[in-house]
Amino acid sequence: MDVLTTPFLTGTATGAILLLAALGLTLTFGQMGVINMANGEFLMVGAYVAYMTQQVISGAGVSIVVALPMAFIVAGLLGLLLEVTVIQWMYKRPLDTLLATVGVSLVLQQFAQDLFGAQGDPVTAPSWLGGRISVFGYEWPHRQLFTILLALAALAALSAVLKYSFFGRQIRATVQNRQLAETLGVSTRNVDRITFFLGSGLAGVGGVAIALISGTNPTLGTAYIIPAFLVVVIGGVGQLKGTLLAAWAVGVVTAFLTDWTSGSMAQVITFALVVIFLTMRPQGLFTVRTRSLA
Amino acid sequence: MTDAGIKVAGVTRQKRLLNTYGPLIGIAVLAFFLLVWAPGTMTAFRLGNLGKYCALALASMGIGLAWGRGGMLVLGQGVFFGLGAYAMAMHMKLEAAGPGGVPDFMTLYGNGTMPSWWEPFRSGPFTLFAIVALPAVVSFILGYAILKRRVKGAYFAILTQAMAVAFATLLIATIKQTGGFNGLNTFTTFFGHNLYDPKVGKNLYMIAAGLVILFMLILWQLYRSRYGELLVATRDAEERIRFLGYDPANIKLVAFVVAAIMASIGGAMFVPLAGIISPSNVDAPASIMLLAGVALGGRSSLFGPVLGAIAVGYSRSTLSEKFPTQWTYFLGALFIVIMLFLPGGVASLWPKVRSLWPSSTRRAAKGTASSVDRDHEPTRDVDLDQAEPAALA
Amino acid sequence: MTASFLGEDYLEIRNLTVDFDGFKAVDGVDLTLLQGRLHFLIGPNGAGKTTLVDALTGLVRGSGEAVFRHHDLLAMKAHEIVRLGIGRTFQTASVFEQLSVLQNLDIAAGVHRKARRSILARGKVPERVEQALDTIGLTALAHRPAGILAHGQKQWLEVGMLLVQDAKMMFLDETVAGMSTDERDETGELLKRIVGDRTIVIIEHDMDFMRRYADFVTVMHTGKVLAEGTVAEVQSDKRVQEVYLGTTAEVGTHG
Repeated sequence: MDVLTTPFLTGTATGAILLLAALGLTLTFGQMGVINMANGEFLMVGAYVAYMTQQVISGAGVSIVVALPMAFIVAGLLGLLLEVTVIQWMYKRPLDTLLATVGVSLVLQQFAQDLFGAQGDPVTAPSWLGGRISVFGYEWPHRQLFTILLALAALAALSAVLKYSFFGRQIRATVQNRQLAETLGVSTRNVDRITFFLGSGLAGVGGVAIALISGTNPTLGTAYIIPAFLVVVIGGVGQLKGTLLAAWAVGVVTAFLTDWTSGSMAQVITFALVVIFLTMRPQGLFTVRTRSLA
Repeated sequence: MTDAGIKVAGVTRQKRLLNTYGPLIGIAVLAFFLLVWAPGTMTAFRLGNLGKYCALALASMGIGLAWGRGGMLVLGQGVFFGLGAYAMAMHMKLEAAGPGGVPDFMTLYGNGTMPSWWEPFRSGPFTLFAIVALPAVVSFILGYAILKRRVKGAYFAILTQAMAVAFATLLIATIKQTGGFNGLNTFTTFFGHNLYDPKVGKNLYMIAAGLVILFMLILWQLYRSRYGELLVATRDAEERIRFLGYDPANIKLVAFVVAAIMASIGGAMFVPLAGIISPSNVDAPASIMLLAGVALGGRSSLFGPVLGAIAVGYSRSTLSEKFPTQWTYFLGALFIVIMLFLPGGVASLWPKVRSLWPSSTRRAAKGTASSVDRDHEPTRDVDLDQAEPAALA
Repeated sequence: MTASFLGEDYLEIRNLTVDFDGFKAVDGVDLTLLQGRLHFLIGPNGAGKTTLVDALTGLVRGSGEAVFRHHDLLAMKAHEIVRLGIGRTFQTASVFEQLSVLQNLDIAAGVHRKARRSILARGKVPERVEQALDTIGLTALAHRPAGILAHGQKQWLEVGMLLVQDAKMMFLDETVAGMSTDERDETGELLKRIVGDRTIVIIEHDMDFMRRYADFVTVMHTGKVLAEGTVAEVQSDKRVQEVYLGTTAEVGTHG
């Protein structure tokens, strides 16, 4: 039983982090057609915020509680800055945006390295995250449970914002039909900015979760950016529930593969599986069939 | 009514001939610099470096074809570069090990037994065949699977990057068979010639530079051929091409495969010139580096990718010596600035430079369609509209 | 229908339906498109005209049957349908803006060429292309990039590309929308010149254009065929008049 549950639960936790990384991507990609390759670095920023908060606030538990909203805001603002300075000029050119954000990610990585050193720094998890909880006779590490709950909470909050808030309605209108939304008085420029803020902020929160598991590192973003994109593509661009399912699936499958073969073969097989999946269903798990050719 | 008979306001046959055959002059100039001036003037060390840049330029030229003309952003070209490079490296390792021998690292990391799939690479002709065939097969299969399902744009780009990551990871994990993280190095001979002999080094450079010129000519022909026009049309209006009876996937597949083969040949030449091949030459960052030159030079132009690749290679060597961390900032800034302000690369400045040239045929020349650089905006010379109503009678 | 209308390149559509998640844009359409005439397809916005053509040319999936030269178009891919001899234009003129008029036509002529010949550059201009240039009247602009053409000229270039493809059946989607009166006249004359033994189906909103050039008219409404016949028959049809508000008045003034 353990052989199955351990990778299943580990995979779910990995999937939770992927979800946090992918939510921002699917929002910006689905709404603006913008590919932000620097999203991995927003994860990294969130991780470093967790580290920095701990330097200031000594209590591990308190520092994490403070770090979460801080990471959201810092990463969110960074994303906003990126949108305003670079991305807003390149909306019609998604591939160029992709490359420009690759440039941004290089700069951010090097900056973190210059600021904090290449080694990476540990982040102490509070004691209440250290233990395990017994569920149906299986020992579940608190850390994994926390990550999963955090991701689900973030997803729920995002869905609520999109469904019930004023901004959420504007975002949904812009995603469905940008031109129409504009004629109805929606400032799509503002919506784009808010979307970027939200998406990047979510990545920051994911970074805190990563920091709790494996500490910080200037290059930690690079390990997540491709899997996060694959999750977006598999789930169907802009589809939140698709992203959830895809993140979970990718996390669990990778965990099982890592268990059976080695870590690197798992990557190769995952890639092959994704390609096969895409050749069978290129639009992803969920899409909306419309009349337009877009 | 032949071409000679069509004489539209200013756009004469002579002008179009110049636009078509003019690049040959440029290629001749490049050939002079690479094949005559450089070997005569540069030190062996610098020449070796230039040879490396030429090898990388081959891959970048392929990207120019696939991305600049075909619209397929390949973020993972390192894979094909690596296929050719590792094939060549395996052959050279086996040469160094001697007839029937086993490469040194296998005794070092493993138990001295060589995997059977290494054995064919002992043969020189097979290795040369593999350098072309391996990337062709892999790119065909991958390209077919992805392009036929109409995966394009960003999805395509990300998938190719995932491919590069997967490949590099695989290499690192198989230290006993591929040298792992350290890669393959310490070669002694290249097809029987002693690598430490400076004459051999010079000849290696000549091969690499010669290949660059050869492929420049091939690309020149490809770009002016009907296929070249078709590729550009597919890039700009893929769905429209479908309604002219073509399957755009087939058109793009050809470009993808040719680009893969070019990268592989580049990789193969890189190994004897650099003396090493490792996963860090084929992974995602390495693939991005191959792109940098293309973006800088101008991806849709004939000369942009090769000149850009050489420029980036040169900057990297000089700058990362003196300013190691600044190089990354420079590279990042390059992508940001080029994509923001000059997406067509330096080559897109060329028409603007040409327009500063005072010429009576210049005003009419602005409308020629021979330069299919994506960012070249055709001007609207309204005066020609009077010509057509009479013709409709 | 007289014997002179019958040929072998006609399109027989039976019970064509295009369903978008429950919304039937085209609902059980039966239609026969015969050779040698200018067949107009009219109807209010949302009637399903463009969707019908989309289904016939492989752009959207439709159910039912559409048989042309013993092939069911609904089971074929877009580029295969083109190779069969069916061409279409789009509402927004979609020529290759960066390429010259000549290059545009030459690409269209590729449907007759073997793939391996495309590695060569163009030698002399193929005769087909020259003729098409002449027919559409753009010879003087052969080497200009298509992007500089006026809207009307772009539509003519599109028609020229269909000529070069040797399309036996052409679907033209709102060709004269946005054209000046002179351009409309020229377009009408062009169409009359090229119809020969082709089948040309024109989706149109311009009633005047229809009145002058249509040989046969099909009226669509909410995805179904409402009425068919000559211009006079259709104009005097009560149902058609109902659907087109103000048509009664128009008929009154123009007779």
